[in-house]
Amino acid sequence: MDVGKSFPGEVHPTAGGGILVTKLDEVINWARSNSLWPLVFGTSCCAIEMMSTAGAKYDWSRFGFEVARATPRQADVIIIAGTIVNKMAPVLKRLYDQMADPKYVIAMGACATSGGPFFYNTYSVVKGADHVIPVDVYVAGCPPRPEALLHALITLQEKIKRGGS
Amino acid sequence: MNKEELKLRLGEMVPSAAFEEGGEWTTVVIDPVAWGGLARELRSDEGLDFDYLFCVTAVDWKTHFMMVYHLTSTVHRHMLVVKAKLDHSSPVIRTVADIWRTAEFHEREAYDLMGVEFTDHPDLRRLFMTDEWVGWPLRKDYDDPVNMIKL
Repeated sequence: MDVGKSFPGEVHPTAGGGILVTKLDEVINWARSNSLWPLVFGTSCCAIEMMSTAGAKYDWSRFGFEVARATPRQADVIIIAGTIVNKMAPVLKRLYDQMADPKYVIAMGACATSGGPFFYNTYSVVKGADHVIPVDVYVAGCPPRPEALLHALITLQEKIKRGGS
Repeated sequence: MNKEELKLRLGEMVPSAAFEEGGEWTTVVIDPVAWGGLARELRSDEGLDFDYLFCVTAVDWKTHFMMVYHLTSTVHRHMLVVKAKLDHSSPVIRTVADIWRTAEFHEREAYDLMGVEFTDHPDLRRLFMTDEWVGWPLRKDYDDPVNMIKL
């Protein structure tokens, strides 16, 4: 019997109950992907869209992201919501280093992806947060709509379920 | 005071002042040397009572710098814009941090990004840029070959 697409494994019905056949790695990844705690981190207007995604209308807790943490030590995913300037880069690096493994990174919006509108003729902006920390999922937009961020979060969940890190 | 009254009053205070027309607020252009005395008078005069400096701006016109001070009075509800033209090679003007405390940070910002020197400022150092930064990033002739990709 198939227990649904989301759970990795199958149940074999037997007398007096059933036997679940699965792989431990896959169960761990399944559990991880459905309980990703984001770090409270926003450096510009993308953060407003991120807050909107967390709010009642888009409500990312439907997918397991509800517990936004104010400390990197308790967070699983950092959403880089905004421009990273040269002065902020070491802070971002430190926050990432303080997060416990396994940890994931979403680069939200044009600034975090490539520097975006600040790519040319700027003295202070990092041209892509991936110069500082490794990024799992990139989101296009300036700023991206909440739907786009939700899509990125679900893409990250799928990546984790596939065993990616 | 309305715009015309302010204009008359300022004409008495600084005879050399020039007025700019067409703006929303009374705009006076003064010699930077006169700024310290005028600022103190604007703040302390009972009829003027400009107790709130809400904006300090430095503009790079390539040939010169223009300092722009936006003042208002929370008592009389009138506005005044004071401009002072500074030399491009060595922009120096007296600080007003002792008259309006808010100017301390505003002037640090103008110093940090435009390189305007404020004499007698209590704490004139970098605000946004790192302490070891060289150059004035918001100047028109600023160039940074290391960090900047030119378009």
